[in-house]
Amino acid sequence: MIRSELGLLDVDAIRADFPILDRTVRDGRPLVYLDSGATSQKPRQVLDAEREFYERHNAAVHRGAHQLAEEATDGYETARATIAAFIGAGADEVVFTKNTTEAVNLVAYAMSNAATAGEELSRFRLGPGDEVVVTEMEHHANLVPWQELCRRTGATLRWFGVTDEGRLDLSGIDDLVNERTKLVALAHQSNVLGTVNPVREVAERAHRVGALVLVDAAQSVPHLPVDVAGLGVDFLVFSGHKMLGPNGIGVLWGRRELLAAMPPFITGGSMIGVVHMDHSTWADPPQRFEAGVPMAPQAVGLAAACDYLSAIGMAEVAAHEHALTEYALKHVAALDGVRVIGPAEAEDRGATVSFTVEGIHPHDVGQVLDDRGVAVRVGHHCAWPLHRRFGIVATTRASFYVYNSFADIDALVEGIQAAQRFFGVAPAR
Amino acid sequence: MQLETMYQEIILDHYRNPHNKGLRDPYNAESHHINPTCGDEVTLRVTLAPEGDALDGSATVKDVSYDSLGCSISQASASVLTDLLIGKSVDEGMRVLDEFTALMQSKGHGEPDEDVLEDAVAFAGVSKYPARIKCALLAWMAWKDATAKSLATEKEGAS
Repeated sequence: MIRSELGLLDVDAIRADFPILDRTVRDGRPLVYLDSGATSQKPRQVLDAEREFYERHNAAVHRGAHQLAEEATDGYETARATIAAFIGAGADEVVFTKNTTEAVNLVAYAMSNAATAGEELSRFRLGPGDEVVVTEMEHHANLVPWQELCRRTGATLRWFGVTDEGRLDLSGIDDLVNERTKLVALAHQSNVLGTVNPVREVAERAHRVGALVLVDAAQSVPHLPVDVAGLGVDFLVFSGHKMLGPNGIGVLWGRRELLAAMPPFITGGSMIGVVHMDHSTWADPPQRFEAGVPMAPQAVGLAAACDYLSAIGMAEVAAHEHALTEYALKHVAALDGVRVIGPAEAEDRGATVSFTVEGIHPHDVGQVLDDRGVAVRVGHHCAWPLHRRFGIVATTRASFYVYNSFADIDALVEGIQAAQRFFGVAPAR
Repeated sequence: MQLETMYQEIILDHYRNPHNKGLRDPYNAESHHINPTCGDEVTLRVTLAPEGDALDGSATVKDVSYDSLGCSISQASASVLTDLLIGKSVDEGMRVLDEFTALMQSKGHGEPDEDVLEDAVAFAGVSKYPARIKCALLAWMAWKDATAKSLATEKEGAS
């Protein structure tokens, strides 16, 4: 096989930072981890940052009159600034949430709360006659909260279709996104197809008709250079655990003036201005949206993940994954009986390759791969309507990251062939 | 290679040549079950023949027919289920179900009773893989549900 080393990172050096990648699975097989789209592994630098916070600075942030509380608060807010800079945002525009799902819900429930409020929240209000637009390729996390918001408010949910090639069908955009549209929510990069959507183009149309735009960047911020100003959107959400960071922390970025005007979702401690027995006022953002003692150690860990990725360089990360994607598309799609669901070309496409193997259910493909140490995801990947669109129930998904190499993709290809042999569907040559 | 412990030849045989597949009439009740993690589904019909006047646990499972979409484990499990349960009484069928469920929850340490489970003992290896237990149980849960519905319908009709 001819291998282009262009754009490839020093994977051996990177892998040395990830203790888990050294372990074996299933009777001594070296682990080939191809499930970073579900969650990424964590480098020592992230684990160390979180551990150091607990060992040296642990305290409840924004509370307490003692030195530890001061250090913990400083660590938390410094982490916010690092994470904000990573996406080209101001620190006061970054709200910490549990994960992407909660960040989407935060906006959906803020709009829901606004629906029963006065004129001052009209920007976020919606009701019968108003429309919310999503896409057929959304993860359930960026679909179900909008279904529920529409159900509660009487608004109508509409969506962009997906082409056979796995791209967003923008042919009806002027009809779909119209004066009735209050919000457009779409994925930056599909977690199944790998498709990178033309967010800017959609956002321009949405803004022309006065609609807000929320981008689910859970699959893009970990893999591409993302600059919120450049995207021209209003809200952007992502998770820490998919970008080498800890579990339990996600981010809502929102334009400053929108966050300032938006009502809270979860209420309680730390998000208040003044509290009386019968009513309360709210703190300014981002605290308004961070009720309760926040996840400071995870924020510090996520900042360390951002530093780790920045040290590699996000352009280099993207180039590396582009090379892996090209290689995977070439060698996986070339197998007889294998159908890749998603764009056949690596342009505007991330390092996620979902496919079906004729005659073998994805669960069974995944089982054979697992037996060989190759970890993939099988099922509908929380994008059930998208699978239905392609007339399938489930796919096998391989997703790549900075620690993956061509050799990992070779192992995937060999595993698929082994599954075909095992289930007796090996194509006749 | 641990694959063979899960994919016993019996399982692969049932998967490739499923028994009693296809929906048939008449039937007492139908049940549609979905595995929400993977989207696999089964539609299963139960036909019961009463032993005496009333339809109860003594009734005979006259037919189980099904249509399904899923992996080798869920397909084979549905096929084995029909072989095991057709001709038994509902009470006997429930005992087989209990035995099979216990085997699936045994984490690979079960000692299946071959007299009760027959071909279904081949699923012992599946119990070592938590993600696949739901696959093996999908049709069985649908049978339990459809049977309960059949008996409940009978009760409503009688009152």
